[in-house]
Amino acid sequence: MSWEYEAVVGFSKSWGLFYLIAMAAGVLVYTFWPSNKKRFERAKDSILDGDDKPWK
Amino acid sequence: MLAQLTSGERQLSIVVLILMAMVGLAMAAAGRGDPIGVHGFIVLAASVAMIFVMLSALNAPEPSTERLDHYYDDPSKVGVILTMIWAMVGMFFGVWVASLLAWPDLTFDAAWASFGRLRPVHTSGVIFGFGGNALIATSFHVLQRTSRARLPDQFSPWFVLLGYNLFCILAATGYFMGVTQSKEYAEPEWYADIWLVIVWVVYFAIYIRTLARRKEPHIYVANWYYMAFILVVAILHIVNNLAVPVSFGHAKSYSAFSGVQDAMTQWWYGHNAVAFFLTSGFLGMMYYYLPKRAGRPIYSYRLSIISFWGITFMYMWAGSHHLHYTALPEWVQTLGMTFSLVLLVPSWASAGNALATLNGAWHKVRDDATLRFMMAAAVFYGLTTFEGSFMAIRPVNALSHYTDWTIGHVHAGALGWVALITFGSIYCLVPALWKRERMYSAKLIEVHFWLAISGTVIYVFAMWNSGILQGLMWRTYNENGTLTYSFIESMVAMHPYYIARAFGGLLFLLGAITGSYNILMTIRGHSQAALQPGDDAPQRHLAPVAQPAE
Repeated sequence: MSWEYEAVVGFSKSWGLFYLIAMAAGVLVYTFWPSNKKRFERAKDSILDGDDKPWK
Repeated sequence: MLAQLTSGERQLSIVVLILMAMVGLAMAAAGRGDPIGVHGFIVLAASVAMIFVMLSALNAPEPSTERLDHYYDDPSKVGVILTMIWAMVGMFFGVWVASLLAWPDLTFDAAWASFGRLRPVHTSGVIFGFGGNALIATSFHVLQRTSRARLPDQFSPWFVLLGYNLFCILAATGYFMGVTQSKEYAEPEWYADIWLVIVWVVYFAIYIRTLARRKEPHIYVANWYYMAFILVVAILHIVNNLAVPVSFGHAKSYSAFSGVQDAMTQWWYGHNAVAFFLTSGFLGMMYYYLPKRAGRPIYSYRLSIISFWGITFMYMWAGSHHLHYTALPEWVQTLGMTFSLVLLVPSWASAGNALATLNGAWHKVRDDATLRFMMAAAVFYGLTTFEGSFMAIRPVNALSHYTDWTIGHVHAGALGWVALITFGSIYCLVPALWKRERMYSAKLIEVHFWLAISGTVIYVFAMWNSGILQGLMWRTYNENGTLTYSFIESMVAMHPYYIARAFGGLLFLLGAITGSYNILMTIRGHSQAALQPGDDAPQRHLAPVAQPAE
């Protein structure tokens, strides 16, 4: 395949749509995956404890 | 402070400083009669000064292993001080260039004080000096707390912080001498750019090495934002600054790009500098310090993840909206416009997430100016991202482009969002770092808050008026089909707004000076009893300080 302007633009215009949608779907699946819920709940509370020392 | 470094780290820093001094000497020798020679002497002087500082501590006893039970905050402390110094320097030059537009004689017939040289001193001073130091100082603090791990060593954080400030000094002094690549926000020349790459790689390595040693299994969302900032800025900086120097003894270089490709590369860089330097890193700040100060977890952690990836995927494509109606292919302009509009979704998700976190704690926002700084920042973030999406629409851009409206938009973001979230975070951070009960004066934080808000509002309204007036005057035709106003008439019409803008900027500068004084007095310990070392509980500072006679 040649790297002419038309070819590169054609590729970006068609496949760009699909890979962006695929990445977006991947993020949404990760975010709403039921077993991740507990981890996220813990993460947002964990910064609020007064502990200010590295863990062993 | 230096005694915290192990003897191996002290020796390593002396070796690195000797290498830097030799590079400086070579630059000074090869660049006789060229600005790069002056920069060589600056590098040489800075390195030699640091060598003497290091030598004074070379034979100090080995630090006790007890230090490993605490986080390493010395670089963050120095970073906060440097942040405030650069804030005052950068904003002072901002007020000067703003005044130059109203009173052009203020250039005093000196080449170094001409508008074209002072303006990048202002922009680099506030973006890289103030913003960059704030990002480095807070990122080290947040990274350690959220990873529950100490920084991996005691040398590399100093290398990053001080090396970065050397870059900022080379940038600013270069502009005074007329050194520039003529690329907005990427003005420093090739040798300063190479130095920044080295510093930046070490910065990213600190992040990865600390995360690799983390004891907390989940990587908190603030770290994702900080890492996106570091990684993407590295990519942008390297690509946009690809250039061939005239010679190794010459500051001037020629870009690898030309024509519209050069313009597209520059604005791909320029817009993502706004996205990843001025947004992503500061969102990291917001997602840590705002919940911490409010004493409430972030409203929706899931929403913060979606906004993170939304911003990271989409900002990359928005840069071409800076090049509407140019030689850039129209479909690329349309692409940039479309992504700019879609970007409103993750931007408002972050702003909304911040405000929803405060919902139910508005009494804290009322009583605590530090939290109010962060709340106002979230509001300005929402307003500015809406305005940005709106201005990226091609027909709107036809009116706004090349006018002061753009300047107003940038400052709504830079003053209203970036600076306010930074000041809020710093007021949260300073008592925690120096183990003080609270800031020296809650009243001075109030004064700073209102100076900052009124300065921003005056500035932004002046530029909206001036920009839209300018845009309309430039496109008004008379019945003969020729332009109604000459360019000089539009400039005369700008004059009152330029005075108002300089005044708004002056108020903002006065706020930064007030804040610096307050921070200095807190550091000097003019406050209530000191906390125990390692005892860090910002929520405790929330109770408003009772003011006598109120």
